[in-house]
Amino acid sequence: MVHQTNSVFKVLSPTAILGYGFPLESFENGMKENPDLIAVDGGSTDPGPHYLGSGKSFTNTAAVKRDLTIMITAGLKARIPVVVGTCGGSGARPHLAWCAEIVRQIAREHHLSFKMGLISGDISRETVKNALKDNRISPLDHDIVLTEQAIDQSVHIVAQMGIEPFIKAHEQGCEVILAGRAYDPSAFAALAVMNGFDRGLALHMGKILECAAIAATPGSGSDCVLGILEQDGFVLKPLSSERKFTRISVAAHSLYEKSDPYHLHGPGGSLNLEQCSFTELENGMVRIKGTVFEPSDKPAVKLEGATLAGFRSITIAGARDPVLINTIDDVLEKVKQRVQSFFPEMDIGNRLHVHIYGARGVMGDLEPEHKKSHELGLLIEALGDTQEQADTICSLFRSTLLHYGYEGRIATAGNLAFPFSPSDISAGEVYRFSIYHLMETSNEALFPLFCENINGGSK
Amino acid sequence: MTLTDVARIIRSKNAGPYLLTLDVLFNDRQGFETFKSAGIMTREKAAQIYGINVDQVQSVIFFDPAYALKITINRPIVSGGHGDSDIYGAQQHIPLMNWEFELVQD
Repeated sequence: MVHQTNSVFKVLSPTAILGYGFPLESFENGMKENPDLIAVDGGSTDPGPHYLGSGKSFTNTAAVKRDLTIMITAGLKARIPVVVGTCGGSGARPHLAWCAEIVRQIAREHHLSFKMGLISGDISRETVKNALKDNRISPLDHDIVLTEQAIDQSVHIVAQMGIEPFIKAHEQGCEVILAGRAYDPSAFAALAVMNGFDRGLALHMGKILECAAIAATPGSGSDCVLGILEQDGFVLKPLSSERKFTRISVAAHSLYEKSDPYHLHGPGGSLNLEQCSFTELENGMVRIKGTVFEPSDKPAVKLEGATLAGFRSITIAGARDPVLINTIDDVLEKVKQRVQSFFPEMDIGNRLHVHIYGARGVMGDLEPEHKKSHELGLLIEALGDTQEQADTICSLFRSTLLHYGYEGRIATAGNLAFPFSPSDISAGEVYRFSIYHLMETSNEALFPLFCENINGGSK
Repeated sequence: MTLTDVARIIRSKNAGPYLLTLDVLFNDRQGFETFKSAGIMTREKAAQIYGINVDQVQSVIFFDPAYALKITINRPIVSGGHGDSDIYGAQQHIPLMNWEFELVQD
């Protein structure tokens, strides 16, 4: 196959999230297509605020190393850049450092030498406070106004970078680019836009490629796909005979994890899909045309921050007695009141939560059904300012519930069946989102690039 | 009838930590058009199905290219917050799946 560098731009997306793995055969099929770029998304806010707050990755070190070893070795051999967006799951300083250390290890172990670019996604508290003073910050999908206190309490604050910081790294000739928090399509689209391809099409292609084969059918979060960007459209190509793209599978992916499929907002502007067409080609390929990039009047970035909410302790217990099950809500409320009396200074309602599996454990207040199963699983969750306090609240609630003499009780030896002893589990730090806001930018240099020449030595 | 009669996928998922989005992918164009033109899915109806106030329903959008319906509501508890029961929001589709309705043919 002839490599037409100027007329098309090919992006190989190995997997939906770095560390989710991919079949080697699919990857090699992708490399045979002579791609111009290997790009992968490294993160998401989907697993909740814990990882952003704690600085830990939700992906596994050995799995990320495996994926990156294959990608970097192939990228260097083919002389094409390898780009990772939102390293370490959340893209804050410790996540980026963790991913960079994995890359350095790979270089040492495989004697690889290359230029690595690290793009920071952290936003300083001072920058956010200045924006707050200038009225440049607004809540996103909620109505909680940001305060200086919330900024100070945030362990890490990151912003989703657009394509510009990636373009800077490409211009510097970085062969491996690791980025902090990024708007998912940026890692895939930057080099193409730099080479003159349409921004809207490049971003829309990136939007689909960042989920790799999830947009194919059967969908998979751990298989490779290829995006072929053309002058007036782009083509998605499966790299495994097991799956194909269809008009519906691709169009349906536009819905995934988004509130409005026609308008996809990002840093610097939005993608408008109102005039989009999806056409099925041969061999499981689909061509997309008509996406329009609409620059916003006031460019903004999405800020994310997490703060320590406390410490968690949990107990798992079963209930089988029909007398208790019939009156469980009332019993739990009364036991809560009893525990509240031990801690008059705190609001125990915000500290204790019981998930009632077999009744409304999965849906909570959204559960429309009022019936209960013949046995209930109780997951008791206590939140304390310290682990000791969480353990104490959990322990008191558990022991009080175990022996609570409810109305009509027949079984007086104990109300709960515990699968374990000890029954209580100290579950550690709990984080919550403290910042989820848009920040209008004001020509700040938000995403600095650090270049590093890695010398893996000779064999 | 229920949506399972005309749709092959009915699902829920987070759209960011504050929103829950519900997708219905209809079997075919005809089923989609019939349902859409019946005009029975509104923000008010979505609120009723989920037992929430209508101001908690962000949007009801028909996405023609995928023969799809998308409903987005506010999460009762932010993802990962104390008391949240579904971090990914992936098991909140049941009321929509069980909703019973009649399509009146013109």
